[in-house]
Amino acid sequence: MDVAAAKALGAGIAVIALAGVGIGIGNIFSALVTSVARNPSARDQVFGLGILGFALTEAVALFALLIAFLILFT
Amino acid sequence: MAAEAHTIDALGQFTLTTALGPMGASVNFTQSNLMMLIAGGLILGLLYFGMRPKAIVPGRLQALAEMLYDFVYSMCSDQIGHEGRRFFPFVFTLFTFILLGNLLGLLPFSFTYTSHIAVTGALAIMVIVLVTVVALRIHGLHFFSYFFPAGAPKLLAPLIIPVEIISYLSRPVSLSIRLFANMVAGHVMFEVFASFVVMLSAAGLAGTLGAAGPLALNVVLVGFELLVAALQAYVFAILTCIYLHDAVHLH
Repeated sequence: MDVAAAKALGAGIAVIALAGVGIGIGNIFSALVTSVARNPSARDQVFGLGILGFALTEAVALFALLIAFLILFT
Repeated sequence: MAAEAHTIDALGQFTLTTALGPMGASVNFTQSNLMMLIAGGLILGLLYFGMRPKAIVPGRLQALAEMLYDFVYSMCSDQIGHEGRRFFPFVFTLFTFILLGNLLGLLPFSFTYTSHIAVTGALAIMVIVLVTVVALRIHGLHFFSYFFPAGAPKLLAPLIIPVEIISYLSRPVSLSIRLFANMVAGHVMFEVFASFVVMLSAAGLAGTLGAAGPLALNVVLVGFELLVAALQAYVFAILTCIYLHDAVHLH
């Protein structure tokens, strides 16, 4: 296998981590929607927490993306 | 696929060049430094000119300055507690510097200084050194009990202590990589879709019509990146607050 093809494959494999991140972000927002639906007055406090959790989970996706970029462009 | 990846120069936009002509070149003054100066000047200008009228009913500029101040102040006092006021200037500086860096980077022909890990890494190391120094000053050697939560079984100590130390030391790494990777990923996406527009429009009439797709996507992405820019500044600031809370209260 030539190096360019291996690089493309490697970058593709590196972003498999995004499956877990998708599940995680879906979980966070489903919990957020449920909690706001149950207690709408808690929206302001819960929303900040949800966004924080979203950003922390998204960071995992970006770590994987970074590895993919490193494989592709260096 | 690989051949295409080589024609899209996705990371070229992050190369540093010297700014301000030969004067800047002689002292290695890069466009990144220039953007930092502009961001700092904008924040100082906003606070100075915004708060100069000192009106009871604020004008637009004063309302912006007051909202920014209030937002970070309530974040500090909510997260850290009463002692949080002492750290407010630090968190406010961090937040506005990162926010302006992210937002200015979205303007065409500008440069995102938060897209370099040297910058975000320096900020994160500053945060973690401050947190450790604060914790050591307030609690002295008692600070090291942080690595072993009270009430945990003694038998688990060899397992818990290394894990806690590693998680403590990985804070600056995750803090800096999160911000820098977000900015890099956003700008790489712009570059990739913009390259699609150029490539498609070179392929005749059908291609030019098809190029509307990636162009529209890029417009949507700008809106998304505005959200990410504010969100990442917020996350950096609030994580700093959470770490400071841990340092002041020890769990």
